[in-house]
Amino acid sequence: MPPDLWSLYALMLKSRLLEEAVAMFWQDGLISGEMHLGTGEEAVIAGVVAHLREGDAMALDHRGTAALVMRGVDPVLLLREMLGRPDGLCGGKGGHMHLFSKEHLSASSGIVGSAGPTAAGFALASQYLRPGTVAVAFFGEGAMNQGMLLESMNLASAWNLPVLFVCKDDGWAITTASKALTGGDLNERARGLGIPASEVDGLDVSAVWEAAGSAVERARSGQGPAFLRARCVHFEGHFLGFQLIRLVRNPFKEMPKISIPLIRSLLRRGGAGLRERLSGMKTVLGAVQSTRRDPRRDRDNDPVRRARMALPSDAARLQELESQVEKEIHDALASALEEVPS
Amino acid sequence: MRTMFFTQAVDDALARAMADDPRIVLFGEDTPLLRRELLVRFGPKRVRGAPISESAFLGAGVAAALAGLRPVVEIYMVDFLGVCMDALLNHAAKVETFSGGKWTAPVVVRAPCGGGYGDGGQHEQSLWGWLAHIPGLTVLVPSTPADAGGLMLAALRHDGPVIFLEHKLLSETWLEFLGSGGRRTVKFDIPEEGAKGPVPKTWEPLPIGKAILRRTGDDMTIVSVGSGIHRAIEAAEALEKEEISAGVMDLRTVSPLDKATICESVAQTGRMLVVDEDYEAFGLSGELSAILLEAGISCRYARVCTQTTIPYSRYLEDRCLPNATGIMEIARQLMRS
Repeated sequence: MPPDLWSLYALMLKSRLLEEAVAMFWQDGLISGEMHLGTGEEAVIAGVVAHLREGDAMALDHRGTAALVMRGVDPVLLLREMLGRPDGLCGGKGGHMHLFSKEHLSASSGIVGSAGPTAAGFALASQYLRPGTVAVAFFGEGAMNQGMLLESMNLASAWNLPVLFVCKDDGWAITTASKALTGGDLNERARGLGIPASEVDGLDVSAVWEAAGSAVERARSGQGPAFLRARCVHFEGHFLGFQLIRLVRNPFKEMPKISIPLIRSLLRRGGAGLRERLSGMKTVLGAVQSTRRDPRRDRDNDPVRRARMALPSDAARLQELESQVEKEIHDALASALEEVPS
Repeated sequence: MRTMFFTQAVDDALARAMADDPRIVLFGEDTPLLRRELLVRFGPKRVRGAPISESAFLGAGVAAALAGLRPVVEIYMVDFLGVCMDALLNHAAKVETFSGGKWTAPVVVRAPCGGGYGDGGQHEQSLWGWLAHIPGLTVLVPSTPADAGGLMLAALRHDGPVIFLEHKLLSETWLEFLGSGGRRTVKFDIPEEGAKGPVPKTWEPLPIGKAILRRTGDDMTIVSVGSGIHRAIEAAEALEKEEISAGVMDLRTVSPLDKATICESVAQTGRMLVVDEDYEAFGLSGELSAILLEAGISCRYARVCTQTTIPYSRYLEDRCLPNATGIMEIARQLMRS
């Protein structure tokens, strides 16, 4: 059965519009602290979540908003949670990194790699209490260097747990390029633990949907865990307001703040010889340069746009779908900003 | 006298020590970006980035210290020590005893701590009591730029594992990185005296385990650390108008505690009020009361601490963490009791 591109596109668009509203709240200061958006990974999330049904569980990372809204959590509750309101999804006590929905068996965590053990535990409960259901773990490729995730993959393999490990690979471990800090090949790591691994273009929702479909089916039928690696981009980097992205977008404003103390330190007496100092400077400039050349900056890498282009030509249906989703998010925004009932 | 921001002072003292001692190396997640000024001065061999593998790189830091290096291991937030506690709990803290006193691990673990900017309970804990509970670990919590630089230098010269905690509300760089992200639309209750201040022309190590009386007062001794000091001073100044005279003692070191100075002050005032951003139960505030009881000092005692998981909502968070209003209220009760 081919994927229903219309419904996948609707899921992705809904999530995108919701997170654009979240970004606006954040910029306006209505949300304090960090904000990790899932913008850019919608195809990975939609392609997996579309296969989930009643009783399936999700273990989410610090970027869980997209998965929850696609799974059916009310966007009003999500927005109110991020505004810290008592009528938010978690009473305003969790915030975007700690979103929980018991009803959807979905738990988030800001601790990198913890989706591994959580999904393994959810899957263990599935085996006893809800045979035929599965658990999904969403995490980034940076988490693949975290011991607890690799231990969980082994546990899932040894206990034949129904887990789909989904690695959303954007190439960045927090704000450091992953390839500089990762040995070997991630797919081979999974295979080395006895878990079948597949790799797909995470910007192509159909490809993710197909790969995820066979992995989920495999887990449902008791054949154990699977590993899915999907390459994607995060338009905003690790989080909103990330310094290097600000620097690239607005060099005249941001450059002096960074470069003056940097050059002063480079020239200070005491420390390494010239060669080592220049090597250090090269590392810093390299980070700026790779941010500048980053695929994040290329809108062709926008999975929502790509899904839209892949739809069968039907202008009327497209318009209807988009205005429906836009209205839903617009209404959610208005409702989220209503006065807290006393 | 020079003036510095809090983290600028830590990095300046660290740079001073690195220039003098080639055994000092720095590593952690994103360290080349976060410590880029040290990177361009000391080169990538001494300032390196680590994968998100805290158990591995903290454990490696402990062993590298055993083998002759002086590593400064950066943990992104003290909360994340939960991932890699074994390296501290079962290794760094134990080597000296297990080796019959013949071997120590002079590693410095540097981590931001504390809340007040809206990151929620998994990213805003204090945890110094949890760490100080373990024999063999030294725990430093500076409250001013001058103390931060002086204590960092002391940590680097100490012959054993040291946890060095930087409160995020005092740190200009952490607050910008995690709190505002370059926005002007958010405001935090930053203790100005702690965020920026005078530092000595030449860094000297401060003694570990030495508290300091920040403010004198006859009616009670308010004891605190980190940003709590500034909340306590704010409260003490306001209480002055109500004719309550409160002294404020900055512990600076949670482990070892400066028992003599604490006892001396409380014996004089007859009242101790502990202000602790760390959790209330089984922690620093209880330990301080035990010290007084053991010394046979009779006093009135109260505490203002964090009692629950820190909620994400800024409104709820401000009510959960110790603040001047709460301190004043408990101080008044303490005077009446």
